[in-house]
Amino acid sequence: MLKRKDLLGVQDLGREEILEILDTAESFHEVSTRNIKKVPTLRGKTVINLFFEASTRTRTSFEIAGKRLSADVVNISSSTSSVSKGETLIDTAKTLDAMAADCVVIRHFASGAPHTLAKLTKASIVNGGDGAHEHPTQALLDAYTIRHRKGRLNDLKIAIIGDVAHSRVARSNIHLLTKFGSHVWLCAAPTLMPPGIEKIVCENGELLHISHSMDEAVEGADVVMMLRVQFERMSESFFPSVREYFRYYGLTTVRAERAMPDVIIMHPGPMNRGVEIATEVADGPYSVILDQVSAGVAVRMAVLYLLLGG
Amino acid sequence: MDLVVKNGRIVDPSQKLDRVADILIRDGLIRTIGDGAFADVPVFDATGLIVAPGFFDIHVHLREPGTEEAETIATGGSAAVAGGFTAVAAMPNTNPPNDNPSITYYILSEARRSSPARVFPIGAITKEQKGEVLAEIGEMFEAGIAGISDDGKPVMNAQLFRLALEYAQMFDMPVIQHCEDLNLSKGGVMHEGIYSTRLGLKGIPAAAEETMVSRDITLTHMTHGKYHVAHLSTRGAVEIVREAKARGLRVSAEVTPHHFTLTDAAVADYDTNAKMNPPLRSADDVAAVVEAIKDGTIDAIASDHAPHHINLKMLEFDRAPFGITGLETAVGLALTKLQLPITRLVELLSINPQKIMKVKSWGLFEGSAADLTILDLKRSWTFDVHRSRSRSRNSPFHGWQLKGKAVATIVGGKVVYEDRA
Repeated sequence: MLKRKDLLGVQDLGREEILEILDTAESFHEVSTRNIKKVPTLRGKTVINLFFEASTRTRTSFEIAGKRLSADVVNISSSTSSVSKGETLIDTAKTLDAMAADCVVIRHFASGAPHTLAKLTKASIVNGGDGAHEHPTQALLDAYTIRHRKGRLNDLKIAIIGDVAHSRVARSNIHLLTKFGSHVWLCAAPTLMPPGIEKIVCENGELLHISHSMDEAVEGADVVMMLRVQFERMSESFFPSVREYFRYYGLTTVRAERAMPDVIIMHPGPMNRGVEIATEVADGPYSVILDQVSAGVAVRMAVLYLLLGG
Repeated sequence: MDLVVKNGRIVDPSQKLDRVADILIRDGLIRTIGDGAFADVPVFDATGLIVAPGFFDIHVHLREPGTEEAETIATGGSAAVAGGFTAVAAMPNTNPPNDNPSITYYILSEARRSSPARVFPIGAITKEQKGEVLAEIGEMFEAGIAGISDDGKPVMNAQLFRLALEYAQMFDMPVIQHCEDLNLSKGGVMHEGIYSTRLGLKGIPAAAEETMVSRDITLTHMTHGKYHVAHLSTRGAVEIVREAKARGLRVSAEVTPHHFTLTDAAVADYDTNAKMNPPLRSADDVAAVVEAIKDGTIDAIASDHAPHHINLKMLEFDRAPFGITGLETAVGLALTKLQLPITRLVELLSINPQKIMKVKSWGLFEGSAADLTILDLKRSWTFDVHRSRSRSRNSPFHGWQLKGKAVATIVGGKVVYEDRA
């Protein structure tokens, strides 16, 4: 069991806690392979998915995870709740708390929204992605996938490429992978590389590398993690055109060949095919993109269990 | 209406005064400064206390007219005297804004009616603070404004700002700029740096402030205008102002207590009371600001008192408004954090603010308005935001232990605030 009420980010998770989540996820993974995909572990618990941003895979993944553990799962999206009537986030959360929810999974466009909630609710808060801050369960499922394929989380070269500035996935992965002693190469155009990114981890800062050259970042990489270009967060011209973006930061078969022969290609989804990743790479033999999705269910089962079980 | 402020250490660097003496007040004016008994006059015993010319906070938001649920002229004035300020300069971003003499008259008449502190309105530079055409600066001057500023809406149009610097010279008023290039700061909610990147919040780079300070100083040089930088917050801006002063330009600058006290690390928990504009800056910027206070590059301490109703500060960090209250904590923070000679502190809080704004000056001299701030440098106290006289509660300094406090405030010879141990 985790000795914490909430899962708000990877930054303040210890290595032991991360390993506990991953190990638990291993054992839950098997549940999804059964004919009857359900265990009674969280029977009588209520999990609310409170989503203020469009999401298909994360919301569905949490919903399936909760249901496979026999929890009652309720989905609320901003268009169907009182939020559209002008209710504040805080009142929405207090209302859900008053209904004795055990866990609220929140996805919000504002960084820090889960932290604001966590201070006010008795329910456990799980960050399902907040602004450009963190997306801890994504990093955990990425770690699960990497560990499964590579057998370890240390001493790897991991290239994270694309829209780092707007990416919560990048931030959570940076924290997690450097905690375990892997080299993380961040690669983006200078306009998409946020200031001070090289200093955001509190320890093992020397493992974080910055490059504007995709060839350099991919060279000898064990893992290439592509980031989605987040057009919806871009109010300015961070790059001249999609064509030019793909020229410098699109993952093509030719570029992928610079990586290790057993490289795995990852993407948190949803993909912009032809923008950050070529279709033949996304669907190619090194791609583990769908493995990430199935790992997501197991990891979220583990997170819900470790916060709510017992 | 007579009063003797007895046996205090009277400090007025503009008169080169620093000695123990008595001050006789009669009819709201200082009549005599000296020693000895004044028969049959009520006594305020200032033994062991500092008696200074009334402190003047040249950057406050009183919210009236328009946003009275956050503050009024009465409550803001009451908070001012509780913080040791006998006078405040009120920014024009009311609703409607103070861009014409009828609003100026309203603020002044309401202040006379309800505020224990003197209120000097600041007029808008441009109509509706839109940055398009000049407001009726002369008409507002006749009505009683003490300077002009578009406050939180910096004048982005350089030609228009040039005209303002030129036109204001007719009245010898300062043109006050909130320095922020709105293209560089667009969407930003905190200082751009390691913390904004870690927290996933959009940053406001130091350059947003520095490019505008730099542009404005070029225009000040060109126009020979009188220019004042509001709430300066970065090392780069300090250096630009220092260099301009060395060239002899008529440039002045103020700093807020939060910018010499807190860094952007205070945002770490998404505390909306750490959200203000300009944002809390890096530790290096804070060090530069403190040094600039000491070496005279910065002329004044001003609170940028910005009350907001609690409903607005209970929102997500991105959506909460910028600003914190500051009138009641400014003097305590300055005394606690800066360790300045008391004469320098009086310059920063009274003498220089009077020089910057277009006001009739006051001080410890015969014939002056009897506006006095009385300090106890040894008083330890804890700021309790729930007991604030402001109508709002948005302060990051709740629970802070401070040393040194204004224990009495006298305006026009009348003791309008007293907090004797």
